[in-house]
Amino acid sequence: MSEAQTLFKVTIDNITVEVPAGTSILNAARKIGGEVTPPAMCYYSKLQGSGGKCRTCLVEVAAGSTADPRPMPKLVASCRTNVMDGMIVKSITSEKVLDARKGVVEFLLINHPLDCPICDQAGECHLQDLSYEHGAESTRYEFQRRTFPKHDIGPYIQLHMTRCILCYRCVYVADQLTNKREHGILDRGDHSEIATYIHKALDNDFIGNVIDVCPVGALTDRTFRFKNRVWFLKPVEAHRDCGKCCGRVTLWYRGDEVFRVTARKDEWGEVEDTPDGKPGWICNVCRFEKKETKDWVIEGVRHVNRHSVISAGHYNTLEVPKETIQDVMHGRNPKLLMDIHEVSDVNKPEIHLSEIPGPAHSDNFDNNKPA
Amino acid sequence: MGIKLLLDKAHVEGIRFYDAYRREGGYRSVEKALKMSPNDIVEEVKKSGLRGRGGAGFPTGMKWSFLAKPEGVPRYLVCNADESEPGTFKDRYLMEFLPHLLIEGLIVSSFALGSNRTYIYIRGEYAWIVDILEHAIAEAKANGFLGTNILGSGFDCEIYVHRGAGAYICGEETALLESLEGKRGNPRIKPPFPAIKGLWDSPTVVNNVETLMAIVPIMNMGAEEYAKIGVGKSTGTKLISACGNINKAGVYEIDMTISVEEFIYSDEYCGGIPNGKKLKACIPGGSSVPILPANLLLKTAKGETRYMNYESLADGGFATGSMMGSGGFIVLDEDQCVVRHTYTLARFYRHESCGQCSPCREGTGWMEKILLSLEKGKGKMSDIDLLWDIQRKIEGNTICPLGDAAAWPVAAAIRHFRDEFEWHVLNPEESQTRNFGLAHYADPIHVPTV
Amino acid sequence: MVKFTDDKLAKAKEIIARYPMGKHKSALLPLLHLAQENFGGWLSVEAMDYVAEILNIEAIEVYEVATFYSMYNLKPVGKFIFEVCQTGPCMLNGSDNIIDYIKQKLNIGVGETTADGLFTLKTVECLGACGYAPIMQFGKNYREHLTKERVDQLIEECRNNAATNN
Repeated sequence: MSEAQTLFKVTIDNITVEVPAGTSILNAARKIGGEVTPPAMCYYSKLQGSGGKCRTCLVEVAAGSTADPRPMPKLVASCRTNVMDGMIVKSITSEKVLDARKGVVEFLLINHPLDCPICDQAGECHLQDLSYEHGAESTRYEFQRRTFPKHDIGPYIQLHMTRCILCYRCVYVADQLTNKREHGILDRGDHSEIATYIHKALDNDFIGNVIDVCPVGALTDRTFRFKNRVWFLKPVEAHRDCGKCCGRVTLWYRGDEVFRVTARKDEWGEVEDTPDGKPGWICNVCRFEKKETKDWVIEGVRHVNRHSVISAGHYNTLEVPKETIQDVMHGRNPKLLMDIHEVSDVNKPEIHLSEIPGPAHSDNFDNNKPA
Repeated sequence: MGIKLLLDKAHVEGIRFYDAYRREGGYRSVEKALKMSPNDIVEEVKKSGLRGRGGAGFPTGMKWSFLAKPEGVPRYLVCNADESEPGTFKDRYLMEFLPHLLIEGLIVSSFALGSNRTYIYIRGEYAWIVDILEHAIAEAKANGFLGTNILGSGFDCEIYVHRGAGAYICGEETALLESLEGKRGNPRIKPPFPAIKGLWDSPTVVNNVETLMAIVPIMNMGAEEYAKIGVGKSTGTKLISACGNINKAGVYEIDMTISVEEFIYSDEYCGGIPNGKKLKACIPGGSSVPILPANLLLKTAKGETRYMNYESLADGGFATGSMMGSGGFIVLDEDQCVVRHTYTLARFYRHESCGQCSPCREGTGWMEKILLSLEKGKGKMSDIDLLWDIQRKIEGNTICPLGDAAAWPVAAAIRHFRDEFEWHVLNPEESQTRNFGLAHYADPIHVPTV
Repeated sequence: MVKFTDDKLAKAKEIIARYPMGKHKSALLPLLHLAQENFGGWLSVEAMDYVAEILNIEAIEVYEVATFYSMYNLKPVGKFIFEVCQTGPCMLNGSDNIIDYIKQKLNIGVGETTADGLFTLKTVECLGACGYAPIMQFGKNYREHLTKERVDQLIEECRNNAATNN
């Protein structure tokens, strides 16, 4: 930049960084990285107006600025509070913050179905990470969990409202990336839901990006539904010449089969910028309809943070991992005792796991028993 | 008889209409104000010590002076008539009987702030009051107090009534502005504050009905005289809407020098508790402020008389005091169940949460469920501590004050009436057939340790 | 096809004119009230789409708002709606008994409409008339200091009204 930019010094958990004026505390903390960076479930730097809602990124401002060193009376949402010169922020060094964050995690989980075993988001779910890093080991909630009637929003996107944490990101996507928003937040309070009101398919060219921004398994890729666990897949960077979008994607392989296509995401789980500095949103054609290797120019294996469960695969080649079960069983194919598809809502869409009192039992999904 | 500044003419025949209102000296303050400079009016309001009557008690003059005045950008004044806090019904009374007083206050305030389009955001349920206000606006306009070039001053002003549609949250000023823009009533994340970026991104002041009406006597009598009424930082008069178990429920104007005891028992005000029952507890400032047991209500923890003003009601902080809030005075007699009452308030806040931020959306529902099971005799001892912890995790961690408003009543009920909660747990059957009663809540000062 | 009559359409235009140019979305809440009053006491999808068309906004923006505010009915309702307040101060003055009495008298639950389509019972949170408790909203006005006798009278009044207007 030609003009000298005003830089502000901000100290977060005793680490000082210099950031341009107008930077939020959260983005300053991201510059430091690591554990001091507050978690963010609703803020998304590429979506204007996002943030402030989930309250997981609350921090304590111990000193407002050099000019006015008074502390702020309440914890503030770091994603929507800008740094001032000389500001002192406490994130993980503040008991108050840790306690509040733990509270927020608990609030987010009390009505979450915790159906991770049948949720496609498992393994790349921000709520899983958040609970693991900031939550308590058990729940104190003893009431029925909230459920919602199912809404079909078309052949590409699966909506599981019970899993939603109302981050509003998908609403911003529709507002900012498509020319006509057809879904939104309906109702109020603890009954608020993402829906279209009149049942209709979301079919805008860029609407598939709601899947990438959803921090939980509320909006998932229907073409990938129950196909595989993300940690069994190998992410590979690829591109194609697309007239609609940047065409830069991550292909998720198992063997030589492309299971799904997503945008490329950075270490904060956000869509990466393309070399021209614009967010690398991808179109529905790239995401849902180009599932052959021949559709793409392969760039190479995508590096995954080693802390991520996805890196557990350790793939080096594109070969199908050898299944050992047949060896163990002397050449016989395994007999499925319970197919996960049977117990999921594929066959019994009317059953919500969260509505079953106590632990779910196979009887609950007995196809011969009337629902 | 105390001093009455707003209600002094409330009983004059026909005061709802322009002719009688004008005959009684109405609109004098407009004539006076339009000859002053807007800044001088702001200074007068500052000097008067007037504090916002909506609940937070923020100094009005200071709020006005924060209003940004960029060139070429319109500024707006919005009247908050979304009165919805349980126990509060003073604005309804004021607007229903003295609509012209509000219009007069609005014209003066609009001039002071430079608002040419002023809106009254009224709660949707007050449908008939919309007609009353619109009639008053039409009368004021017909008599030259609204429209273009008012009284030859060069100042133009229109007032419009905007009717809400059932949402307590729209009483929060930024949710109100969202609603006025035709959106869901989700409070905005602050900063920026409305004084910088409010209605349609323009600088905006949002004031309560009673606050804007108080501008009229301030202009008429002068700030200095106004500030002499009341005590300390509680200047002027305050309207109290009293309800619950009292003989004379209604709206009273007080000068903030009377004691709480006088207010409850004197015939001039509430007239005591019906059927010779004893006072058990009271929420003195609208449902969100802490409930106090009789002993701490009438006297502070120091044993001093408690008065009906901002400072005295707050004496002792939340440990042993409460707040003036919006002036919604809810009295509970010895037959009332604090657990049940707290449950209905928790249900109210759950119902009214906008659902935008997680602690409020999830926490209010959770508190309601636990309170219902306690009330039904199905609770556990640990539920009481759990409730305490939940309210603590909501308070201060939400986007807007609704989280605090939902947390405080629960916290105060446990703080002061814990044994009543415990009794519900220990006597699940008996608690369904009778109330815990007065217990020691009216005993001489008992300072809780929580 | 739902459509405002000419005078209602003129009213709608008058409402829109209360807001500055380009800020017509502000008229959404008042227009939904107008639509509800004119199209049978509730907002059908058709009615909401019509309002969206008048204001030239997306239909979802209307649905979002209509579902947020508790005064908009999204399902058909009876000719007369009893909206009884049940919050703290009304509870202290016996609103629970009034609600039970109406349920029993009309033989419907909360949120239900009588078979003859005359009455709908709703419970609501604080109406801001705590000093006159127990209360209900009835049409544009409040009915205050409710007793069983007053509820009986009101039901009678409604039935007579329905009989003469049919």
